[in-house]
Amino acid sequence: MSAVTEVTPPAPAEETAPPSGGSARTRDRLRHGGLALWSVLALLYLFIPVFIVVLFSFNDNQGRFNFTWQGFTFRHWADPFADPDLAKALTNSVEIALISTAIATALGTFMAMALVRYRFRGRSTVDFFVFMPLSSPEVVLGAALLAMFLTLNINTGFVTVVIAHVMFTVSYVVVTVKARLEGMDRHIEEAAMDLGATEWTTFRKVTLPMIAPGVAAAAMLAAAISFDDYVITSFNAGQTQTFPLFIFGATRQGVPAEVNVLATMLLLGVLLLMAGNVLIQKSLARRDTMRAD
Amino acid sequence: MAATEAEADIHLDGVSKRFGDMTAVDDLTMSIPRGSFYAMLGPSGCGKTTTLRMIGGFEDPTAGKVYLGGSDVTQHPPYRRDVNTVFQSYALFPHLSVEKNVAFGLERKKVGKAEALKRAGEALELVQLSHVGKRKPAQLSGGQQQRVALARALVNRPRALLLDEPLGALDLRLRKQLQIELKRIQQDVGITFVHVTHDQEEAMSMADTIAVMNKGQIEQAGSATDLYERPRTAFVANFLGISNLIEAKVTGDQRVTTHDGAQLHAPECAGLTGDVRIGVRPEKITLLPDGEPVPDGYNALRGKVVVAAFLGVSIQYVIQAAGGEELNVFAQNTDGSEPEGLAVGREVQLVWRPEHTFVVERG
Repeated sequence: MSAVTEVTPPAPAEETAPPSGGSARTRDRLRHGGLALWSVLALLYLFIPVFIVVLFSFNDNQGRFNFTWQGFTFRHWADPFADPDLAKALTNSVEIALISTAIATALGTFMAMALVRYRFRGRSTVDFFVFMPLSSPEVVLGAALLAMFLTLNINTGFVTVVIAHVMFTVSYVVVTVKARLEGMDRHIEEAAMDLGATEWTTFRKVTLPMIAPGVAAAAMLAAAISFDDYVITSFNAGQTQTFPLFIFGATRQGVPAEVNVLATMLLLGVLLLMAGNVLIQKSLARRDTMRAD
Repeated sequence: MAATEAEADIHLDGVSKRFGDMTAVDDLTMSIPRGSFYAMLGPSGCGKTTTLRMIGGFEDPTAGKVYLGGSDVTQHPPYRRDVNTVFQSYALFPHLSVEKNVAFGLERKKVGKAEALKRAGEALELVQLSHVGKRKPAQLSGGQQQRVALARALVNRPRALLLDEPLGALDLRLRKQLQIELKRIQQDVGITFVHVTHDQEEAMSMADTIAVMNKGQIEQAGSATDLYERPRTAFVANFLGISNLIEAKVTGDQRVTTHDGAQLHAPECAGLTGDVRIGVRPEKITLLPDGEPVPDGYNALRGKVVVAAFLGVSIQYVIQAAGGEELNVFAQNTDGSEPEGLAVGREVQLVWRPEHTFVVERG
């Protein structure tokens, strides 16, 4: 709010000033001030909910609800896994994320290799279908998957959630790894084979180490998307609870403050991953500039 | 291996490569003798790099066979071919140290780690880069990276080394320096070098044999002297150095008549009849002021000076011949002045010895 008072008052004072350059300068200052104001508002809009989640993990709330501030406490932080359903939902989410990420990353990396390195019949069709899950509404994907599982008489549960998550995260992996592969000099792999490495050795010793940052980024992305997916999961989860499903269910009967604690922990985890990502990107950028010399 | 000097180390037999509708290499047959420095020279798109890539195993020929040391390797992948390549982009492994880059091929051959590093060290010594072994390729200059790529290939003691425009990305000074170094290394290690380039000077200064390629075929192969003094096609005559070509007709034994009626003596026209073009290099022509006697037995044409450019070491003339062509003439600056009789606008005679006349088909 302080930004508003800082910017607006000088305007009328300067507008009355006689020098010719004055009004242009005022407009300039207004423009800069306006930009700063909008930036602050946009950031507040983005971060106030997050801040409230963190704050209310310290709320000394009574009863089932955690919506009004009633005092500060570390009570919820002492034992965040007190609610056995919540703990189970969180473990499920972590397991689903890890398994589906591992499968999707392996599958997606090889798909990207095939799409970039080889010209085969149906290549552009595959390219198109890989992008489909990125652009179709999640409700459609979720419903379609459920319909398929029902038709095939497969009971929905942990396994179907993993299958569903692999299906839509693999697209993100393909897109991310493809970008990295496309930027790689094809001759480097040829050089490895020229020096006696078979296709598999070339992949292990040269291609994989070179695209590793892309693969790591893809895996992080896949894990994050899997972990917080609600819509598709809700169609295919059966009796299995995941963290997002649990929170959504809990909001109907009052949210335990432990949810805030876990959310805050996750937030910290994500921030650490992001910092790591920035460091990787920086070291890569340094390597690339050195090559340019 | 009981190899004689003359044995073909690399042999292509009727090799073609088509990409869709485009024919990159067209029914090419060639033999590269063991231990030679063989240059493939041509403009971009002439098929020279594709030919090299088929020898290395990176492209499958559409037709024909590739032989290395007498055995058919047409179906072999690159890692089963006894040749190594130096790529134009160097293609060093960015995630490995220089030393590990050079040892890569040896490790694939199951040479022990210690032995591999030792030999890698020796190879780096050969290219005078022992001190950068621990660095990453990105920390080296372009010229150093090029030399690492060379060491990485040479350390495997291949049957032949394939060089794909290895100096193309370097500046002129460095290129000159590395040309000499490459030639020295080739003489030291004594293996076959196949060098692809579009730079005629590079090919001429380094190679024992030059194959001039055009449109997927070899126009002519031979020593630099052969190609320069006795080009067999107009393309070769124009691609290597500057040529003066004049339309003519073979009229008898070693005799040709130019389109404007001048009679010339051409000892080299054996085998050609009918419409041809005769050529002579600019530095072989002597200009004489109008009216001076032509030396006995010399070929002579008449013309008029259009341009006379004083370049210090030489004077470069452009002469409009009686038949209409503009001919280039280089005259050594031996007198220290521009001769008055050869000034712009003067009528002059162009004379040269008959053995300097070459004859090419009219294409």
